Parts: sequence; structure tokens; C-alpha cells
Amino acid sequence: MPRKTLISIQNVVKHFDISGGWLDQLKFSGGRLVRRKTVVRAVNDVSLDIEQGETLSVVGESGCGKSTLARTVMRLYPPDSGQVLYRGQRIDNLSSSDMKTYRTRMQMVFQDPYASLNPRMSVRQILEEPIRFLRGTLRRDEIQEAVAAIMLQVGVDPDWRDRYPHEFSGGQRQRISIARALAVDPEFIVADEPIAALDVSIQAQILNLMMDLQQERGLTYMFISHDLSVVKHISSRVAVMYLGTVCELARAGTVFQSPRHPYTQALLSAIPRLGEQGFRHERLKGDVPTPIQLPSGCVFHGRCRYADGRCVKEIPRLRQVDEQTMTACHAVEEGRI
Amino acid sequence: MNTWRKMQQSYFLHSFLRDPLAVGSLFILLLLVIASFGAPLIAPHNPYDTTTIDILDSELPPIWLEKSDSRFLLGTDSQGRDMLSTMLYGMRVSIIIGLGAVFLQAVMGILIGLVAGYKGKRLDAFLMRLADVQLSFSTYMVAIFFGALFQAAFGMGMYEEFAIPLLIFIIGFAEWPQYARTVRASVMAEKKKEYVEAARVIGLRPGRIMWRHILPNTLTSVLVISTVQVANAIMSEAALSFIGLGMPVTRPSLGSLIKAGFDYIFSGSWWITLFPGLALVLLILSVNLLGDWLRDFLNPKLYKE
Repeated sequence: MPRKTLISIQNVVKHFDISGGWLDQLKFSGGRLVRRKTVVRAVNDVSLDIEQGETLSVVGESGCGKSTLARTVMRLYPPDSGQVLYRGQRIDNLSSSDMKTYRTRMQMVFQDPYASLNPRMSVRQILEEPIRFLRGTLRRDEIQEAVAAIMLQVGVDPDWRDRYPHEFSGGQRQRISIARALAVDPEFIVADEPIAALDVSIQAQILNLMMDLQQERGLTYMFISHDLSVVKHISSRVAVMYLGTVCELARAGTVFQSPRHPYTQALLSAIPRLGEQGFRHERLKGDVPTPIQLPSGCVFHGRCRYADGRCVKEIPRLRQVDEQTMTACHAVEEGRI
Repeated sequence: MNTWRKMQQSYFLHSFLRDPLAVGSLFILLLLVIASFGAPLIAPHNPYDTTTIDILDSELPPIWLEKSDSRFLLGTDSQGRDMLSTMLYGMRVSIIIGLGAVFLQAVMGILIGLVAGYKGKRLDAFLMRLADVQLSFSTYMVAIFFGALFQAAFGMGMYEEFAIPLLIFIIGFAEWPQYARTVRASVMAEKKKEYVEAARVIGLRPGRIMWRHILPNTLTSVLVISTVQVANAIMSEAALSFIGLGMPVTRPSLGSLIKAGFDYIFSGSWWITLFPGLALVLLILSVNLLGDWLRDFLNPKLYKE
């Protein structure tokens, strides 16, 4: 049964200019002074659909563009090209006042609970601000009630509302951060590595909290992570990113049982298993190329043992391989793997 | 809320009380400030009231020397004004100009630094080059230019009347880049933090994000440079007065007192210059030492053991 698409990311491209000021851009080349810009190609032509009620995880190593993608979806960065649709409505080009209605529907939870809460604001101020701004019709006592209710729901005692973030532990702060996102009653939450900065014992608590909240409120998650075991636990679908492109998109179970893309295979072989003797992970040759000078064709061709001439020249597109998997790989498409 | 405040204050107090230098500076500073602002009540004479001044009392030495007059504790100046009273009134003028100039600097510098740091790109480049240009003129040059312009345009009488606001404006205007640069640097560090992104995800307007979220987190550095800048502003005022472009002799500041006495130092009346000079050194030293302590307290990375 086809489910309803909530968020549709279509051909999103995001590049960052890191060349600095005008003077820094001037370089001598071949005896002439030329002005050259240095551009980081963080996200290149990414298309993803997120269905209502699911948890789509985006995994990949550091610097592969997963956080940039999340921030582009939240409109923290405007995409250079491509579009983001919310229930079929284009939102990446809205003015900030038109965007206000969508701010109540989509919120974000950040990675570092020590940086994501303003140290000079009490928990009450932190939680009241979005409610006041986005649900302006509420009376003062209704706002108070809403704050208390949301604190209770994420498991922080409402009696602590006048305390400051530094008085809480990392796990509690992340709960408050989740509470801030939930305060405006959204239906879609982007979680940018929400547990990466936490203790392992706390990670489980926060994950369970997020899964409980998803059940209670029917939330849809876009879950950014580099922790594959967490992803396996929480996701319904997984998108694997490498150097700014999605190389595989599949149901969570399928990805972990039968990964198709050579990069996914290598990535999954690196998960350590209990009781395993020695190393059995697949070693990739070389390093991740820099996103400033992307390789031609398939971005993975330099490290892939199945690469051939076509991979060097032609950029593979994300294609349906079987019912549950989409892969961007020429070798898979040609049946070489 | 209250208990937390108290706790914080008590730690603040605790570390303050452990530093005798800081306690001593605060004591001296408070003494000077209270004495100067209470001058109309404390001072034995009123130097602004010309009817009480007798020219025959001029250049009397302090009371522990010969030929002194018991009415004048620290002697009198060349016009027969009581040194102690004139100094107290003068210190009040100096402190008012110092605080006023720093307030103006802070308002201008914080606004410009906040906008430059948050908006970045072209606007930032423009504002910071403006600051560089401003810094490349020395404070004294700006002050001499404006002071001379004002005196030429409105005459000396008008100048004497508006000397205090004019000096506040000149010193404040010349030094705003200090604030703008400091604030911009901390804004640029703060705006990368996730709580700013969270505020943007809520959809708050840039003005509110700057004011409510970023500014409170940059205030520690503002507080620290403020102490240094108060001392600087008082010194600038004294220097301007010393070269004759500051406060007029009829409403002297510490600087103009030092200058007035300088003409008599070789005729043996050293007290006219020495006492205001000492008061100035004491004032600036105590402000600076307090500022040092505050910086160490607010920046735990700089522990000195």
C-alpha cells in the first residue's frame, strides 16, 4: 500500500563558498592574476521522499553532507538548486513570514545538547519562546500548562523549569532540546545526530523516548546518524550517503541483510560484532576524496573494486533495483555485482 | 531562582574576597567615587562659586607646611580655590566623562559589532573597514579636530557650557571600534552554535535572535573591556584637558587641574599638580586592577596560581 509522502526532497544541491574575501580569491596562475573561488560541494543532486509516520535514517561518514541535507530541509540553508516539498507544497522558496506556518509542523533536534540550549535562558524561557512565537493565541496560563505538559512528556520534572541548562546532565538537556522541538506540536522532526554526543546508557533512553513520542504523536523522523546499530534499531528506511550523494536507499532490514552498493557493503562490514575474532571488514583503498574537487562520474569510483570506464565518466543515478532497494551504481545496474 | 542567584553571587563574592588586590581596589574606587559625587556635601568649599574665592588665598601650601592656612587642607591653586574641593569636583567631572564616553562607545560598538558579526559578508566587511579607518585616526586627533571646530564655530563661552557632552561625544565616538571588534568576534563564535540555529528553526527574526540569544552571551567580554575603556576614557579626557582641549579651567577636571598647576611647578607650588595627579593615578589604577580581576574571574582558563 503506498503511503503518503510528507517531505519530498528533489534534486537538492548545496555548495558552500569557502574562498573568503575578495583578496583571498586572487591567485597567480600561469603568470596571470586570476580570481578563483573554492567551493565545497556538500550536497549534490539528492532526491529523497519521506513518508508520513516513518523514520528515514540518513547515514554516512563525517563530511558526507548528511547534516547539510538536514539543514537544507529545515531551511537553515537555502538550496542552490532543486526543491523541497512539504505535502506537495514547495517550501524552499517561501518568505520567512509564509514559512511560519510550516515552522509549527517541522522542527529540529540538534547534536550537541551542550551547545543547542542557550546558556543564558532558563528552561522555561527556552520552551516558552517557540510556543509564544508560533502559537501566539495562547494565554499566559495556557503557555505555562503547555510547558509543564511537554516537560512531563519528555521526562523532565516541570518543577525544574526555572533552572538553567548548565544545571542539567547531557541526557536531560537532550530531553529539553526534544521538548523545545515538540513544543509547537510538529508532525515532522529532523534529528541531526541527536544521540552522538551522549553516553551509551543515555543514548538508549533518548532513543526510546523518541520512539515512544513517535508512537504517541504519530511523528515522522528524518534521523541523521553515523551509528549503524542505532539506525538499525530505529529506522524504517535508510539512505546511505557518500560525498554528497545518496548511493543506496532501502528498507532498514534489507540494507543490513543484503546491501547492494559497494560502499554500503564496505560500510556495513565495518560494524563490530560481539564474539568476532580478528578483523573481517572490507578495506577500501585510499581516502575519501575532498568535496572541493569531486571525482568525475561516480564519486566512489576511485575506491571501488568494481569500477570500470563507465564509472569514471558517467554519474550513476538512483534507480530501483528490486522492490525494496534503490541504488546508484552502474555495476549493480549492469548485474556485475 | 533566588537561591540560584544567591549561590552564584556567593561564589562571585567568595573569589572576590580571596583577592586582596581586588578588594583594595574596590575600596579605593568606592571611596573616590563617593567622595567625588558627594562633593557638594563633603567639600569644604565650592570652587564653582566665585564669590567665595579670594585671590589673596592663592598658592597657599598644604597645612603641614609653613605659611599655610588651616582652612585649606591641601593648599590652594593659583586662583585661590581650595585644592581638595576642586579635586573632588574635578574628579566628578572626570568620572562623568569617563562613564558617559564608555556608554556611548558601548552602544555604538555593540550595535555595529552585533550586526557586522551576525550578518557577515559585505556589510561586515564595510563596517569593519569603517572601524579600521576610525582606529587609524588617533583619539586625540579626532578630539582636537572636533574641539577646535566647535570652539571656532560657537565661541569659547558656548564651548565651556557644553564641554562635558562634547568630550563625551568625542571620546565615545573615537573609541567605538574597540567594542565593535570585540563584540563582532564573540558574535561570530556564538552564531555558529546550535542554539542560534534552533532559534532560526523556530523562525525568529534576526533582530530578536541577535538581541535575545546572541547578545547576552557576548556580555562577559563587553563587561571586561568596559572597565579598561572607562580607565582609558578618563585618561583621554585628562590628556585632552592637559593640552588645553578638554575641560575649561572654570570647571576643571583632574586633567585641567594638572595642567593649571604645571605652570606653577617651577615657582615651588608643586601641590597644585601633584595632588590631582595622584588622584588620577589612584582612580585609573583601581579601575584597571578591578578590571583585571573581573577578567580573570570571568575567564577561568586564565587561572593564575
